[in-house]
Amino acid sequence: MGDTIATLQIGETGVIEDFSLDVIPLNLLEMGCLPGKEVRLIQIAPFNDPLYIKVNGSHLAIRKEMAGKINITKLF
Amino acid sequence: MKKITVLNVALVGNPNTGKTSLFNQLTGLKQKVGNYPGITVDKKIGKCKLSENIIADVIDLPGTYSINPTTLDESIVLDSLLNKNNETFPDLVVVVAEVENLKRNLLLFSQIKDLQIPTILAINMEDQMVRKGISIDVEKLKEELKSEIILISARKNSGVDALKKEILNYKNWSTEQFAQISDKIDSTFFNEIKSKFNNDSLYKSWLLITQQQNCSFLTEAQHEKINSFKNDSEKIKKYQHKETIYRYQLINQILKQTYKVDKIQATDLRSRLDKILTHKVFGYVIFAAILLLIFQSIFEWASYPMDLIDGFFANLSELVKQHLKPGTLTDLIAEGIIPGIGGVVIFIPQIAILFLFIAILEETGYMSRVVFLMDKIMRKFGMSGKSIIPLISGTACAIPAIMASRNISNWKERLITILVVPFTTCSARLPVYAILIALIIPAKRVWGIFNLQGLTLMGLYLLGFAAAISSAILLNNVLKIENKSMFVIEMPNYKLPSVKNVFYEVVEKTKAFIFGAGKIILALSIVLWFLASNGSSNFKNAEEIVRKEHKVETISEEALQKKIASYKLESSYIGTMGKTLEPVIKPLGYDWKIGIALISSFAAREVFVGALATIYSVESDNDDTTTIKSRMASEVNPETGEKRFSFATGVSLLLFYAFAMQCIGTLAIVKRETKSWKWPILQLVGMGLLAYITAFIGFTILS
Repeated sequence: MGDTIATLQIGETGVIEDFSLDVIPLNLLEMGCLPGKEVRLIQIAPFNDPLYIKVNGSHLAIRKEMAGKINITKLF
Repeated sequence: MKKITVLNVALVGNPNTGKTSLFNQLTGLKQKVGNYPGITVDKKIGKCKLSENIIADVIDLPGTYSINPTTLDESIVLDSLLNKNNETFPDLVVVVAEVENLKRNLLLFSQIKDLQIPTILAINMEDQMVRKGISIDVEKLKEELKSEIILISARKNSGVDALKKEILNYKNWSTEQFAQISDKIDSTFFNEIKSKFNNDSLYKSWLLITQQQNCSFLTEAQHEKINSFKNDSEKIKKYQHKETIYRYQLINQILKQTYKVDKIQATDLRSRLDKILTHKVFGYVIFAAILLLIFQSIFEWASYPMDLIDGFFANLSELVKQHLKPGTLTDLIAEGIIPGIGGVVIFIPQIAILFLFIAILEETGYMSRVVFLMDKIMRKFGMSGKSIIPLISGTACAIPAIMASRNISNWKERLITILVVPFTTCSARLPVYAILIALIIPAKRVWGIFNLQGLTLMGLYLLGFAAAISSAILLNNVLKIENKSMFVIEMPNYKLPSVKNVFYEVVEKTKAFIFGAGKIILALSIVLWFLASNGSSNFKNAEEIVRKEHKVETISEEALQKKIASYKLESSYIGTMGKTLEPVIKPLGYDWKIGIALISSFAAREVFVGALATIYSVESDNDDTTTIKSRMASEVNPETGEKRFSFATGVSLLLFYAFAMQCIGTLAIVKRETKSWKWPILQLVGMGLLAYITAFIGFTILS
């Protein structure tokens, strides 16, 4: 099992790998969540969901379910 | 005389870019809210004088991240920019971007640029650039984007005049496209589109093909052409993704040369505030405290202006009666129209206060944190974190609350939110609760500090929320709607709310309520007045009949007049309706008089009190609650000889009003928002049954 946005710890950063286009909704892409971009986990909501991330300059909150589908390579 | 030219100017931009601030700066008070045909999305248009003989009609389109719509609000943007036959089709577009999120904002800009409408980029919040360590090479950026660019600060009103001036020059702007999507994705596929839609722009045709719902303004032939490309939806989706990635590549290249951020200027305040406001304990504590403050102000602060309004309209009715010639017209004005208008105006303080708070919470960026905090919990009930705003708004009025559900992109979550919002205790229920509680609950203190009546009221609020939540759980399990979760929200920067924006927002929402719900309440008040002041032959001969009955007794003229009045009511159309209803509501402990009040409540629940006041012929000078109350308290059930408003009947009525869907305005808005009669009928029947059954159980147990 590789890393996904959902496996990041708070404060950690990763780079988004190529993702399968049909699982990621277009609006997430449009908000800047693109392959090759750095993503940092800023905060996790109570009850562990949703996740508050910074990606490609945007601050976004996405649900864990979707975050688990976005593969990343952990940086630090 | 000079000829005046009117330009249509559309403002487009991401949410939180200050688009509305710019709109308010450009148009000031000269704005109005209309509706797009068929849907209730607000269409804000304002006038702005550009020069001696040129005026702009500025349209504030809903905030969107892209012209590929995911919500109803966003689809308006696409429609407005594609439909050339629309009378508000823009002559030019101002894309509002924000300096900090320029990259993401440019995606939308690039899409709009490809539509080849004259477009200008207004980069907002330039006053923040130094503080945030951002520098932009504007000249180079202009060249790369093939577009005019203006730096503005909408809040500080800087650059706005330069923008107005530049707009006058719009005919000279380049309409060259930003990207040639075709070759980068699949040139064969796009050539096919090109040959089929020979006259149209390729990008526009592509946009039409990608939309899930066909735009309404197209002809039959166009639909056919579009549908011929639609069968391979996987491919279309893939190409949309590719297009987005390609656009970002171009934007990145451009920004690398033109946009610099000094990273040392980290966003300190933001992360510190986020830590507290989304903390797993403090986050909820703060949110609860804010809710408490909102409720406190709705009920405490609003009560003063509400009392004044109440008194004012009662006096006005009196005044009209005294000074106009007695007759049907005077009665219509004094007993139908004035109380009808009063019944609408009385809600303004509560609604304005509620929207004041909501506007502030949204402006500051806090609302997104609430959505973030509440999403997981709300999802357990089949709703979304975004459902919180409708549920809070519902405590003032369900109508604007249901309209606030539009930004929930998941249809199932949105539908459940719409269906359960009417359970929350809206302000129209308050007067009903107030008088019933005063009748059946003693004004005692419990445990020294709590007022028993107040506790009961709070209990009813909790009951409303509990009903909303449990029916949401039920609906979540029953409704079989497959819907992919598309939950993505932006967490905007914190900022101080702009007084101007908050003020306009409150004015606009309040106006929307008055002219939306208000019209219905007023119309029904007039209908009710008519039904109560007309009737069959017995009604017309009421005076004769009553005088005949009381021939032998000695009775004062005053008492006789009251008897005539109540006889008239009994034989009026509405009295007949109440009597017809009586067998059905008898098991709940109600008689035909309460039946009348129930029917009247369909206009608006609070009419209950007024209707009972009329029924019990309380014709004192002012509609003092104590008079109605004492009259109600002394009403006797002729069959049992006991009080009509016994504890059991009171509880039964409270339960009925807590659950029943007695609001035509809400039903109408649900119909419009869900585009189907199915859901409002489900609400009417479902909530009605629940109300009937619980009221029946309550009455049976307690009596």
